[in-house]
Amino acid sequence: MSATQRLAGGTADYLDRRTGIGVAVKSIARKIFPDHWSFLLGEMALYSFVVLLISGVFLAMFFVPSMNQTTYTGSFATMHGVQMSEAFKSTLDLSFEVRGGLLMRQIHHWAALLFMASIVTHMFRVFFTGAFRKPREINWVVGSVLLTLGLLAGFSGYSLPDDVLSGNGLRIADGVARSIPVIGSYASYLLFGGQFPGDALIPRLFTVHVLLIPGLILALVGLHLLLVVLHKHTQYPGPGRSDRNVVGFPLFPVYVAKAGGFFFIVFAVTALLAATFTINPIWSFGPYDPSPVSAGAQPDWYMLFLEGGLRLVPGWTEFELGGFTWSFNILIPGVIIPGILFTALALYPFIESWATGDKREHHVLERPRNAPVRTGIGVALIVSFLVLALAGSNDVIATHFHLSINDITKFFRVFIILGPILAFWLTKRLCLGLQRKDRELVLHGHETGRILRFADGEYVEVHKPLSADERWLRVQHEPSRPLQIAPETNSRGVLRRGYRKDRIRQRVSQFFYQDRVEPVTPAELAAADAHGALDAVTGNAEIEGAVSPAEHASQDQ
Amino acid sequence: MNANDSSKDLVVGTDGEKYPARFADPGLPEHRDRLADRDPAAAKRAERQVAVLFGLSALGTIGFLLAYFLVPPGQSVSSIRLSNLLLGLSLSLGMLGVGLGAVHWAKTLMSDHERVEERHPQRSSDADRAGAIAALKAGAADSGVGVGRRGLLKGALIGAIGLLPLSIAVPLIGNVGGDWDTNKFRHTIWRAGRRLARDPSGTAIKATDVTIGSVFHVIPEGLEAEAHPLEEKAKAVVVLIRLDPRDLNEAPEKKSWSYYGIVAYSKICTHVGCPVALYEQQTHHLVCPCHQSTFDVSNGAKVVFGPARRPLPQLPIAVDAEGYLVAQSDFHEPIGPSYWERLK
Amino acid sequence: MKALGAHRYHRFAPVALLLLALLAIGSGYAALTGGPAAAAAPTADDIAAGSQLFRANCATCHGPNASGSRNAPALIGVGAAAVDFQVGTGRMPMQASGPQALTKPVQFDPQQIDQLAAYVASLGAGPAVPTVGQVDPTLGNAANGMALFRTNCAMCHNAVGGGGALSQGKFAPALWTTTPTHIFEAMLTGPQSMPVFNNANLSAAEKRDVIAYLVAQREGSPGGTDLGSIGPVSEGLWVWVVGLGLLIGAAVWLGAKSS
Repeated sequence: MSATQRLAGGTADYLDRRTGIGVAVKSIARKIFPDHWSFLLGEMALYSFVVLLISGVFLAMFFVPSMNQTTYTGSFATMHGVQMSEAFKSTLDLSFEVRGGLLMRQIHHWAALLFMASIVTHMFRVFFTGAFRKPREINWVVGSVLLTLGLLAGFSGYSLPDDVLSGNGLRIADGVARSIPVIGSYASYLLFGGQFPGDALIPRLFTVHVLLIPGLILALVGLHLLLVVLHKHTQYPGPGRSDRNVVGFPLFPVYVAKAGGFFFIVFAVTALLAATFTINPIWSFGPYDPSPVSAGAQPDWYMLFLEGGLRLVPGWTEFELGGFTWSFNILIPGVIIPGILFTALALYPFIESWATGDKREHHVLERPRNAPVRTGIGVALIVSFLVLALAGSNDVIATHFHLSINDITKFFRVFIILGPILAFWLTKRLCLGLQRKDRELVLHGHETGRILRFADGEYVEVHKPLSADERWLRVQHEPSRPLQIAPETNSRGVLRRGYRKDRIRQRVSQFFYQDRVEPVTPAELAAADAHGALDAVTGNAEIEGAVSPAEHASQDQ
Repeated sequence: MNANDSSKDLVVGTDGEKYPARFADPGLPEHRDRLADRDPAAAKRAERQVAVLFGLSALGTIGFLLAYFLVPPGQSVSSIRLSNLLLGLSLSLGMLGVGLGAVHWAKTLMSDHERVEERHPQRSSDADRAGAIAALKAGAADSGVGVGRRGLLKGALIGAIGLLPLSIAVPLIGNVGGDWDTNKFRHTIWRAGRRLARDPSGTAIKATDVTIGSVFHVIPEGLEAEAHPLEEKAKAVVVLIRLDPRDLNEAPEKKSWSYYGIVAYSKICTHVGCPVALYEQQTHHLVCPCHQSTFDVSNGAKVVFGPARRPLPQLPIAVDAEGYLVAQSDFHEPIGPSYWERLK
Repeated sequence: MKALGAHRYHRFAPVALLLLALLAIGSGYAALTGGPAAAAAPTADDIAAGSQLFRANCATCHGPNASGSRNAPALIGVGAAAVDFQVGTGRMPMQASGPQALTKPVQFDPQQIDQLAAYVASLGAGPAVPTVGQVDPTLGNAANGMALFRTNCAMCHNAVGGGGALSQGKFAPALWTTTPTHIFEAMLTGPQSMPVFNNANLSAAEKRDVIAYLVAQREGSPGGTDLGSIGPVSEGLWVWVVGLGLLIGAAVWLGAKSS
């Protein structure tokens, strides 16, 4: 035994005697994880979070979370002698006086944008592949909470430097808080410790951003990963893969290397962005003051859905009733619609399983085309977010494409409704079309482009049948059918209690599954296979992998 | 596979023969060897490539340290940019080398034989469940209360624990809102006779300074001396505009609020509170850059486009003995975004 | 001394003296007025030439006496500064109607612009073209300029002069390539939608501070390339395209079977 082996053995023995860790190592070290690039999206989020923690600790060593006024005496020329808060000044010093400080700040902010982008992409991967189905509903809810926490972390984070851009964002947040009926003005006082801007806001945001939210995120990420280990990771459909197994590579050494290496790649890309692209140049915005504002006043991209909504809802939706002001022009885009959407998103697994009556465990992912309505809903959601993001950037669009900002706003007011509906319909039809193409492919094979002419003048194109593996991918999914419910009246003609609820459920189920394309069955393939003369010429009488009835009966499954 | 292994079911096809209901799983595909598996020279090459990548990482880190010590940020924009670029690129290279090396190692050299692990149902076994239920029952029996008895104990416990959070929540909420005096929304520091001053210098403005087509950004004179200057500024900022009096349509009761075509409006948008600072001289529109609420200054700052509902509150102004613009009074309504009890 | 005195009555002495005097007056004048940007005071010829240029290029919209028409405002009292700005940036003569006049290639040479400016200035007193010293960014205080810019200008032109949208298709242009003189003149005359920042609002020195700030922004950003200085929208776009694009590329490579 070499020296390192003896050291490793000794350490393992020491730990095991005190913790019994051998059991855990035995079960986890060779755990199998399936291999697909889209499973790395969640890791992108996780590693961005680690980068945020590392760069955040650096920043927290230099940032002063105080709104006390002070004067700038540092090296940046256009800030000379300017009155600003300690928070703003410490951010400037951190950027210009601390070596590597600007790099760390930019790494931190780029990592935050990447964190949210990868969360959203990961969430949609999970959504489109149906990975949230039983037993993973709880993990989906945990993920939704993580998404919300991420939004809050980003918002509180970019507001910390107390600059004009984020300060106006906080002013808007104050306006949204005030619009809440009954308690609005008190909500504003609660957030700011009194009137806006007050001097409690930055210290409070700091605590939220550095302690409360990271703590919650760490705990929930731990739960999120624990559930993944407990449930084992899902896998894409393919030969040899079923709901009863996991096919892939072991954690140690393959994923330790791949996933561990991926962390460094994420860090590298973030550092590359921070080295070359400016982000959040607070020295250009200036310290927060309630009077100035800059053209192009947008929040970070993940808050654009709120910003776009606020720009789109017209003012006549606010009215006075009973002497009280009902500000629906703010409540609808700021509170009601996001509330409904986020809640519906968090509860989606339960909605879908109620609608479909599907109570089985699922560990094999679904190809998005095989769930047209779900995929359509997902695309509609993406389109609505995109429309809101574009609406929130309407002034940037106006200046860059020489359009009228008023026309852009009016267009999006219509398109925010039309767009998602069109997107849903189009996506559903595309999915059904792709399913039909799959059926075609299974039944008739690949077109080879070779044309045969028979003596009697008939032309046919020779098709190459699918291999067993190719075919399996297209036929492995269970057909989803609408719910069947008990009839309205029983055999004696008595109306059944609970029929109405069942009927609603059936209607929703029909919405999901009435339009469907079912996978090819062996009987259908056999019927399609009878090509007569073509088979005689090409020798395709026996289709590779198709099981003839006699053979199958004797095969062991 | 699911509980009903329907590939074993038989159905009758159109040709009268029996077929399985569904296709069977063809099983794991054959393992395909990689170049590095077949050819030891390729394996050696891959090993060298991984080593080179790790070496590049070390170079990157060394480069980072060199940049840190030799290229200080300095005082100019370009020197700061250079320092940021060198530090960032070398850090990126350092990270990338390790990452690419580790992944390349896994892809080319580590075993890529697919392995299969069985899944077990998520549900605990019946024996474990029975054991859990038995343990809970035994505990309940030992607790001297049992399940479904001693409602008084349980009710009292729930009551006591339910009340406890109040001892944290009440002082937290009670103090977190400052003095909770939301009536402050209704007033600003503008009073009769208070001079209008330039923002941010604070110098008073004469009526003759304001020519047709010009816009002044206004704060009350002496704002710095207030106890809470930023909070007061957040309510008191005003935008001062002069129009040709022929272009100005004023409501009869507000005719005395302007001075020879000079009008003053609150700068805080009535939508969600951004400063409405964009003045279009030719159309007399004040546009808020945040959400594009547009206010027509020639018509009492009423809303002509956008998500705002109410016109900007107007500050009544006059001129004092020395020709400086002064306020006649505070605004006649609360400024800024709407809130529930605004009209009460 | 004796040599010079001996040539006192040389027949070329008056010529030499005249040349010396011209040289002295000319260089003295140049030193005091500071160079060609501050053109010599317009002569009657300049005004006449300007009047001809005006009639040929501007009168169809602005009226034969610059008294305006349905299509264009009167120019009496707008001053030389307004003409120097509008014609010097190519906005005028306006090519096509639209939400606003756009910059385009300048149609006249500097002398013709001066002549047009002289003609319009002769119609009524108005703001004059600034001197070189008045627009010299090295004489301005960029920090004070930023504070003034932030309060008065950033809401239309964006915090660093990158431009911004106004209503109905109008826009406040980016200021990256605008000359200091044109910046001064624009503030002074309030072209199109821009408000007028007279010298009582922003003094000439304060205008110079603003110019110093805007010129300083042309050095670029200390953090790297500034992505157009548009703000979080472009940052969000780049993180999705470059950031997530690179990472997904890396992920696809990671998950792909090695050959």
